[in-house]
Amino acid sequence: MAHQTIRDILADHPAFLGFDGAALDLIAGCGRNMRYRAGELLFREGDAAETVVILRHGDAAIELAAPGRGPLRVESLHPGDIVDWSWLLPPCRAMSDARAVTDVAAIALDARCVLDKCDEHTELGYRLFRLWLPHLARRVRMQRLQLLDLYGAHAR
Amino acid sequence: MPAEAAISGSMRPQPYRVTEVLRELDDVVTLRLAAEDRAPLPFRPGQFNMLYAFATGEIPVSISGDPSRPDELLHTVRRVGAVSSALAQLERGAVLGLRGPFGSHWPVETERGRHLLFVAGGLGLAPLRPAICRALARRADYAGITLVLGARSPREILYAWQLAGWAAAGAMKIHVCVDHAGPEWGGPVGVVTSQFPRALDGIAPDRVSAFLCGPEIMMRHGCGDLEHLGIHPERMWISMERNMKCATGLCGHCQFGADFVCRDGPVFRYRRVRRPLGIREV
Ligand SMILES: Cc1cc2nc3c(=O)[nH]c(=O)nc-3n(C[C@H](O)[C@H](O)[C@H](O)COP(=O)(O)OP(=O)(O)OC[C@H]3O[C@@H](n4cnc5c(N)ncnc54)[C@H](O)[C@@H]3O)c2cc1C
Ligand code: FES
Repeated sequence: MAHQTIRDILADHPAFLGFDGAALDLIAGCGRNMRYRAGELLFREGDAAETVVILRHGDAAIELAAPGRGPLRVESLHPGDIVDWSWLLPPCRAMSDARAVTDVAAIALDARCVLDKCDEHTELGYRLFRLWLPHLARRVRMQRLQLLDLYGAHAR
Repeated sequence: MPAEAAISGSMRPQPYRVTEVLRELDDVVTLRLAAEDRAPLPFRPGQFNMLYAFATGEIPVSISGDPSRPDELLHTVRRVGAVSSALAQLERGAVLGLRGPFGSHWPVETERGRHLLFVAGGLGLAPLRPAICRALARRADYAGITLVLGARSPREILYAWQLAGWAAAGAMKIHVCVDHAGPEWGGPVGVVTSQFPRALDGIAPDRVSAFLCGPEIMMRHGCGDLEHLGIHPERMWISMERNMKCATGLCGHCQFGADFVCRDGPVFRYRRVRRPLGIREV
């Protein structure tokens, strides 16, 4: 099988649907492949958020550590998902743990590199926010529903 | 003139004996009932009975067993208030009153040839279970069957033993997701809607008929998301809950928009209730 470049991988990946060739060329320069074994942490709460991790294969989970209760799994992530957004928002520290639930293959983009390219090529920045914001909005909406404790005894 | 006003058949509770109590979850039991002096009660998937806990009151409860086994009349009850708690406390041998069955049903039989998608949240699996049993019994009639089930946590998955059996039999794809879990849970964490893209992967949306039962917000968002994914509102059904008294369309207690849930529902085509579902005051 022919070797797939980062550029090829991005071109096939759902998170990059709608990005044109020039945008993919720019972003590919910031990317590398990552693999995590099932159970391994992708990052830990408080870590400097320097990487945009985008799942290609396998599932991951967002976890929060609660005293005396161990890690609580609060959200599952699947191929196509962008794992976390802390790289974009000061103070750029991970707000939760992220763990591979199965073996995971991911694309890791250097966050500084992506942000610099967005500053330099504002059209890329605009496209990135336009195309990635719906992903973030979908997750916020789902978490709102989750907050409602929908299946509790007094939800109807 | 008779001293007592005549009570029509559908208003008169008949005695049923509890022949078994299955403890499903901390606050949920399934009662197996047998008629004291009558033949087993035929019912259609999605219908409900009014169960009467003597000296406490009467509430609507869906029939949760296999419609091909009316001799095993099952009702799954969650303790939320006076009547449901009284029912949940009944022991084997106790007698309760039962009227029914009432209401509309899940139209799985008219959806032959299509891919059936069942979406259940929490106790919503109880009213859907008869429809799933019916569909599995005629598996060859359908292009496929998928169940997406949401629960609060892995400990609160209803009928977990049966899900394991269904999964092992391989006749249906099952996606179970929970609101929160410890790291021992290998499945997805999130709301049921988060599982739709995976559950429908590779299935043409115009071949899908969806049946949703659970909290109203889940059904509202669930139907909205399924519509967004290309499933036609004519091909989605939901089961509504409203407080009831007569269950026969007489008292108006269960009014929902222009409909009475006891008579026109509880199972409604989504297209019919889409508007009132979005109105807060209804
Ligand atoms: C068609 C239909 C089918 C139903 N099927 C089932 C079933 O299979 N199993 C089952 O356990 N219940 C089912 N219900 C709901 C059940 O009828 C109610 O939970 C019951 O009426 C509550 O009566 P209660 O006297 O125990 O509580 P109440 O004293 O009436 O209420 C106590 C508290 O519980 C809340 N509450 C009332 N009803 C509900 C509800 N439906 N969900 C959550 N909280 C509620 C009230 O707001 C109140 O805070 C069904 C309802 C309908 C309309
Ligand atoms: S409960 Fe009386 S009309 Fe529905």
